[in-house]
Amino acid sequence: MLIIKNLKASIAGKCILKGISLNVKPGEIHAIMGPNGSGKSTLAAVLVGREFVEITEGTVTYLGKNLLEMAAEDRAKEGIFLGFQYPIEIPGVSMVNFMKTAVNEHRKFKGLEPLSASDFLKMMREKKELVEIDSKLANRSVNEGFSGGEKKKNEIFQMAMLEPKLAILDETDSGLDIDALRIVANGVNKIKRPDNSFIVITHYQRLLDYIVPDVVHVLYDGRIVKTAGKELALELEEKGYDWIKKEVENNIVA
Amino acid sequence: MEKDQDKILSEVTTGEYKYGFYSDIEMERIPKGLSEDVVRLISAKKMEPEWLLEFRLKSYRHWLTMKMPTWPNLKIPAINYQEIIFYAAPKQRTNVNSLDDIDPELRKTFDKLGIPLTEQKHLAGVAVDAVIDSVSVKTTFKETLAEMGIIFCSFSDAVKEYPDLVKRYMGSVVPYTDNFFATLNSAVFSDGSFCYIPKGVRCPMELSTYFRINSANTGQFERTLLIADEESYVSYLEGCTAPSRDENQLHAAIVEIVAEKNAEVKYSTVQNWYPGDKEGRGGIFNFVTKRGMCKGENSKISWTQIETGSAITWKYPSCILRGDNSTGEFYSVAVTNNHQQADTGTKMTHIGKNTKSTIVSKGISAGMGQNSYRGLVKVLKNATNARNYSQCDSLLLGDKCGAHTFPYIEVDNQTAIVEHEATTSKIGEDQIFYCNQRGISTEDAIGLIVNGYAREVINKLPMEFAVEAQKLLQISLEGSVG
Repeated sequence: MLIIKNLKASIAGKCILKGISLNVKPGEIHAIMGPNGSGKSTLAAVLVGREFVEITEGTVTYLGKNLLEMAAEDRAKEGIFLGFQYPIEIPGVSMVNFMKTAVNEHRKFKGLEPLSASDFLKMMREKKELVEIDSKLANRSVNEGFSGGEKKKNEIFQMAMLEPKLAILDETDSGLDIDALRIVANGVNKIKRPDNSFIVITHYQRLLDYIVPDVVHVLYDGRIVKTAGKELALELEEKGYDWIKKEVENNIVA
Repeated sequence: MEKDQDKILSEVTTGEYKYGFYSDIEMERIPKGLSEDVVRLISAKKMEPEWLLEFRLKSYRHWLTMKMPTWPNLKIPAINYQEIIFYAAPKQRTNVNSLDDIDPELRKTFDKLGIPLTEQKHLAGVAVDAVIDSVSVKTTFKETLAEMGIIFCSFSDAVKEYPDLVKRYMGSVVPYTDNFFATLNSAVFSDGSFCYIPKGVRCPMELSTYFRINSANTGQFERTLLIADEESYVSYLEGCTAPSRDENQLHAAIVEIVAEKNAEVKYSTVQNWYPGDKEGRGGIFNFVTKRGMCKGENSKISWTQIETGSAITWKYPSCILRGDNSTGEFYSVAVTNNHQQADTGTKMTHIGKNTKSTIVSKGISAGMGQNSYRGLVKVLKNATNARNYSQCDSLLLGDKCGAHTFPYIEVDNQTAIVEHEATTSKIGEDQIFYCNQRGISTEDAIGLIVNGYAREVINKLPMEFAVEAQKLLQISLEGSVG
């Protein structure tokens, strides 16, 4: 589904990603962990087409296409979804209107007719229940005045509405209390199908108690320095990141 | 993003102003220029009574003593009044009763503008007075309305048929000495709409006037007079367009509203005059005086305006709150893109006790556009317990445009409460990207964000207009962010 080869990227001239390779197959959940500043969010930014990241080397192939050549909105319509670390507020634009526009853009892309108002509202209702989002949220302006937890739940709700093939969750767990964390994780698990994939970016192992990854990668200083099964997350939780840092440094010395 | 910008820009250069066409209608025009003779000629063309000619001459003589105001935050090129044609009318008999009498070319024009001159069933909710250049060509649903005692007709017809009403109210809210452009209008006004809602009547349909400038080198000077008698209600709409031309054209109108005891008037404008091209060539100078008088107790006047057109807009729809407990409202969205300039706002004059006013102004600047809000809240000595709330927001798209706010507050009564809030914001790249990431194009994202910003005002418009206004906002801002 997604093949990243030797990806190097910089922001404002500073090299952040220093050669990343990653292969995500349909149905897989990949967790990307790592200390602050290791390049996790930059990787997400590259995948969704943010302009402030300059790609200096490498390729990214998504469903057989060169992802790096696609406009941000086309990547979205091709099924890439980003759960934002800091969801953006858009005052005066209701969630209903926002989601209706987005869903119908996706449908247009697939050659489908726009949904009727009643079908759309029905879909909203179903998805709201699925992700246990308060139905009042949907009548408010996009993220305006939402609490941190509400914003994150709203991201999961949007993901449920847009049914992505590849969802990237950028620290969706940060700032969530345990109940919200459970709701977010349940939402992900309900949306999970054998043919869609997730990249879950997180600091902590906590989220991975609920969303069980197939593969865990550790990103450090712009490189993936360790890849293993889900047990790696537990090891990190126990020992912190210092041992990884040491290992990396020793390798360089050796 | 650069690719997007190119795409959007090319769409704009080909899309442009939708109503810029010119209709080849047989017209009667008087020679260009302004003099006492021209004023007399206009009056004679309209076969006016002596008292109206006197009013015009009095105004013209006063105008000669006046100078164009320099206080607006606008760069206005010199206007040569001797180069303007002050009267142009289609050759057909004006304001006909039967559709068959209308010049087919004229009908086609209004069809193209989407303005129905026929009383179609599915449009039964709106009565239209269609004004082209200097005359009204057709007023629909006149008879239906007349059954309820509502008078809705062209100003010229009102002068003939209801001279007492016209005499009594014309100039009572905007006196002929009011300001440079109002005085000019009082001298040379040609047509416009007249409306009277009798005591206790709720007007069952939206009344509307559609203004079209068609002829070249012609100015449009119309007058609208709207009287809501005691306990009555009316919602009034106004729309306007003009052909795309390289020279500027002057539009100097007057709207006067009188609301008697317990009456309510809602006046909505979607102003879409030709704004000029991308380099700032051409476009309408829209210098308009609009004022309402809340004359009786508990009366209410509400102005809503969506201003997207005109090269230069100079306009302050205002309320004089004379009746006790009367209410004035002003909701405005003004867009300036490319080289457009707008200096717009309102005046709320509190005279009666317990009078209330609300001002919500949303300015949107893009391209090289300059957008100024100018407002005065004045509370007179006897206006006990006056309340005002003002909110002025400015939204900037790009870094070459400007937003300015000039709020004036004069309070002569200690019990008054006057609140003013102002914000300036930029459309964030983050907001646009958030939309992009959900599959929404940059252009649609801007439309969505701007409409969200303006929602408070758009919600005040009648339904049919609200949808139009939303589309218009999006079109007028196309290509403003890359």
